[in-house]
Amino acid sequence: MTTYTPVIGLEIHAELKTASKMFCGCANDPFSAKSPNIYTCPVCLGLPGALPVPNKKAIDWTIKLGLALDCKINYFSKFDRKNYFYADLAKGYQISQYDIPFCYEGKISTSQGEIRITRIHLEEDTGKLLHDTVAGTPVSLIDFNRSGVPLVEIVCEPDIKGGAQAQEYGKKLRCLMRYLNIADCKMAQGGMRLAANISLAPVGTKGLPNYKVEVKNINSFKFLEQAIDYEIDRQTELLDQGQTPVQETRGWDANKQQTFSQRTKEAAEDYRYFPDPDIPPIEFTKQQISAIKKSLPELPEQVIARWQDKYQLSQSTAEQLSASQEQVAWIDQILTLAHQQQLSPLDIINDLINKKIKVKVDDDAQAVVTQFKTLHQTVAVDQDQLDQAVTLVISQNPDAVAKYKAGKTQVLGFLMGQIMAQLKTKVDPQQIKIALTTALK
Amino acid sequence: MATIDQNTIKHVAQLANIPITPSETESLTHDFIKTLEVVNQLQKISVQDVTTTHQVTNLKNVLRDDEINHAKMLTQEQALANAKNTHQGYFVVPRILTK
Amino acid sequence: MSDLNKLTLTQALEKLDRKQISLTDIYTDVNQAIDQNNKKLNVYLNLQDHPEKIAQSQHSHQLKGLPIAVKDNFSAIGLPTTASSNILKDYYPPFESTVTKKIKQAGGVVIGKTNLDAWAHGSSTETSDFGRTLNPRNPDYLPGGSSGGSAAAIAGDLAIAAIGSETAGSIRQPAAWCGTVGLKPSYGRVSRYGVIAMASSTDSPGPITKTVEDAALLFTIMAGHDPNDATTSANTVPNLTQELNQSIKGLKIGLLYLDVPGLETIKPIYQEQIKVLQSLGAVVEPVQALDPHYAIGVYTVVQRSEVSSNLARLDGIRYGQDRSFFGAEAKRRIMLGTFTLSKGYADQYYNLAQKVRTLFIQDFEKLFSQYDVLIAPTSPGFAKKIGSSQGAAMFGELEDMLLEPSSIAGLPGISVPCYKDNQTNLYLGLNIMAPMFREDLMVRVADAFEKNTPWNSWRNNS
Repeated sequence: MTTYTPVIGLEIHAELKTASKMFCGCANDPFSAKSPNIYTCPVCLGLPGALPVPNKKAIDWTIKLGLALDCKINYFSKFDRKNYFYADLAKGYQISQYDIPFCYEGKISTSQGEIRITRIHLEEDTGKLLHDTVAGTPVSLIDFNRSGVPLVEIVCEPDIKGGAQAQEYGKKLRCLMRYLNIADCKMAQGGMRLAANISLAPVGTKGLPNYKVEVKNINSFKFLEQAIDYEIDRQTELLDQGQTPVQETRGWDANKQQTFSQRTKEAAEDYRYFPDPDIPPIEFTKQQISAIKKSLPELPEQVIARWQDKYQLSQSTAEQLSASQEQVAWIDQILTLAHQQQLSPLDIINDLINKKIKVKVDDDAQAVVTQFKTLHQTVAVDQDQLDQAVTLVISQNPDAVAKYKAGKTQVLGFLMGQIMAQLKTKVDPQQIKIALTTALK
Repeated sequence: MATIDQNTIKHVAQLANIPITPSETESLTHDFIKTLEVVNQLQKISVQDVTTTHQVTNLKNVLRDDEINHAKMLTQEQALANAKNTHQGYFVVPRILTK
Repeated sequence: MSDLNKLTLTQALEKLDRKQISLTDIYTDVNQAIDQNNKKLNVYLNLQDHPEKIAQSQHSHQLKGLPIAVKDNFSAIGLPTTASSNILKDYYPPFESTVTKKIKQAGGVVIGKTNLDAWAHGSSTETSDFGRTLNPRNPDYLPGGSSGGSAAAIAGDLAIAAIGSETAGSIRQPAAWCGTVGLKPSYGRVSRYGVIAMASSTDSPGPITKTVEDAALLFTIMAGHDPNDATTSANTVPNLTQELNQSIKGLKIGLLYLDVPGLETIKPIYQEQIKVLQSLGAVVEPVQALDPHYAIGVYTVVQRSEVSSNLARLDGIRYGQDRSFFGAEAKRRIMLGTFTLSKGYADQYYNLAQKVRTLFIQDFEKLFSQYDVLIAPTSPGFAKKIGSSQGAAMFGELEDMLLEPSSIAGLPGISVPCYKDNQTNLYLGLNIMAPMFREDLMVRVADAFEKNTPWNSWRNNS
């Protein structure tokens, strides 16, 4: 039987959280809008005579993202019109980028290998369609609050080998965009959208398969992994029967846990791309790009490596604590203070993770360290007092003592706890243990 | 050189989202051929080593700051004012089946 | 009977300044002229109610409340903006175009929206969905287009000044056919924000007026950088009124296109008229330019490609009627433009056209290195009879052949009347072209020509 290697590429769209839209000054806040069509203007509503003017910050953030992903930057770039008709597309074309995207040829690492980033480009989002019935008639309702919101599109090479790796890739990108403070990537809101191109190549063959299936409109990582895994199975079955899977677009049905056909991609859309005559091209200088590069913070991957190296933090702990630049700075302060005050950085971190240290939002680093010290503060206790407590506890807990003597040494922890409760002060656990075990002999 | 026939016209009409009747298909085919006859004259001039001009301004980097322009924004009422079919703040179209 | 509607903009401003006349008097005459003639000439599609009332509050501004006719492809609040198409018959824009905003801020009153070829697709104003406009000089003839309504408003004295727009000839050609002045600014000089887009890379709004000095004044008000239009230039707007009454001695003028086949009957007329410029001290020489026939191909493809995309927003959902309401010419152009951008054809049509466009830009650069301005006939002949554009698929492109080269290169040009046929009462125009952003040179020459010839009917009551 033939085995196949999955050939998977992902297309990810993320809404940038600029204050205003991509080509106009409308508020960029579609999800929080209390009513439909309240954040529009002639430009994003597609009124005749309206003209686009690009948002500088959205462009800077796209470059920032590209540099963080090790991309090359096109020093000369432009916006192009992607022409097609759809009710949520106000102008009958989407302003996007065709052949000269802002960023290209980058990479990101995953636990299963490196994924090459083909390109990152900037475009505008469409309005939103809702389905409803009005006066007995099935209709679609359109809200243009989202029309014109800046969207980055990240396309990778078909280097992904399966659902798990796809999920890891997607999550890493989400983490990075949140870390750079350019996007919230809230998937349930559509702030980040996933699409996968999936095909299978017989093991040992060179070149790409002669078909690919696109799965679109996946709005969670769990569904992404499930959809990919389902597709791999479905396509394997077809290929084993000697059939080539139909080149088409499919959706994911979470209820049935299956992909389903949406339309054939055979007659591919003709978008008639041409440079947008309303928007002068963009040209960067080397100084501009290096300034953006310099403004990049230490990236999560670098932070994680540093923490693992210097403080022996585990991968997962380090990942958890590097969600934002603010958090990294805070943790670094804590680690530095711990080091200065000769406390174990690893212990503090573990107490933080395990919520033994209770932290409030604005707690400064020193407050955290102080809490740790207090938590583990030990008081030297009078030996007589200790012996009295030990004796009392042993007499009050004959069952536990019996268990201990029968070999169940775990019960020691319980007895120690009882002794600590009796003493009511923080005593060095070692001291208690020695006294207790001696008494139990 | 492109061969224009009624199938070309039908395909283009679909791409352009323009409804055309059979008699329009016929007259448009004729119009296309006539127009392309004139346009094809462009083939006679040499464009070797010539780059395309998409914009005559030589402008670059015309961008705006990331600020909300309240004065330019429309109220919901203004946005909907010219639409034939609206419902509770939305524009309405017959149900669209898939994307 | 006073004929205050026959005043030029400059004359009216002067008389108002000297309190020789009142705004009320002007509006009485203008409104009367409209009442008497608009139905027949079909100049205005929609008229402002009681414009004289709005005018009263404007008298302290530069334009003192005078009535300005505006082509109906400029979005203006208060009246429908239809682009002369059934699709936008009842469309009321919720925003103001930059140009009409500037006119209003300068104290001009938009007295009405003028007829055009639907979507500005044409050179006759005969392909309007709301009926053709007639040429006031001779109503058996067309006013030209697409700004035919605005040109007719001037020629018929139904306004004091007018605004039009040019993609490739649409200001200068109707101005010539109607015996008026038409000024096409450099591309990027005047904001396109709010103007219903035709060919985005060549559309240039501009004034259509009774005299060159009127055009100079309106240009100075209309022009300027606009943050709403990313293609506008930050180049300082010259005060063109400073170019009036200036000497053209020593200016080098290149004469184009006189030997283009088809111009044989009018060639001697132009040869005669250029002597005026020579008598004023300019050096005029015929010079070869890139064959304007190629510009037809460039314009045809680029305009239709861009407009096919620009009109994609007309889907009847947010405003207007659905796409079945497009007229025949609009359908033709949208479809041809879709085709020339489509897969497999974009290279041999769209990209090729944009390359030949470069050749025209280079040709003009070469010519302007030798000459200060270039002149040519505006049109290959006089205004055509009504009905001429029907069934002629490339009517406009052929009529505008001599204007398309400068339009596709984005260059400025001004057309002034340079001859009148006493039999037909029809005019010919002289097109004076300048390098990018050198409207000062062309206005200087135009003004000198106008003041030293008998062809301007407002200066000379001819």
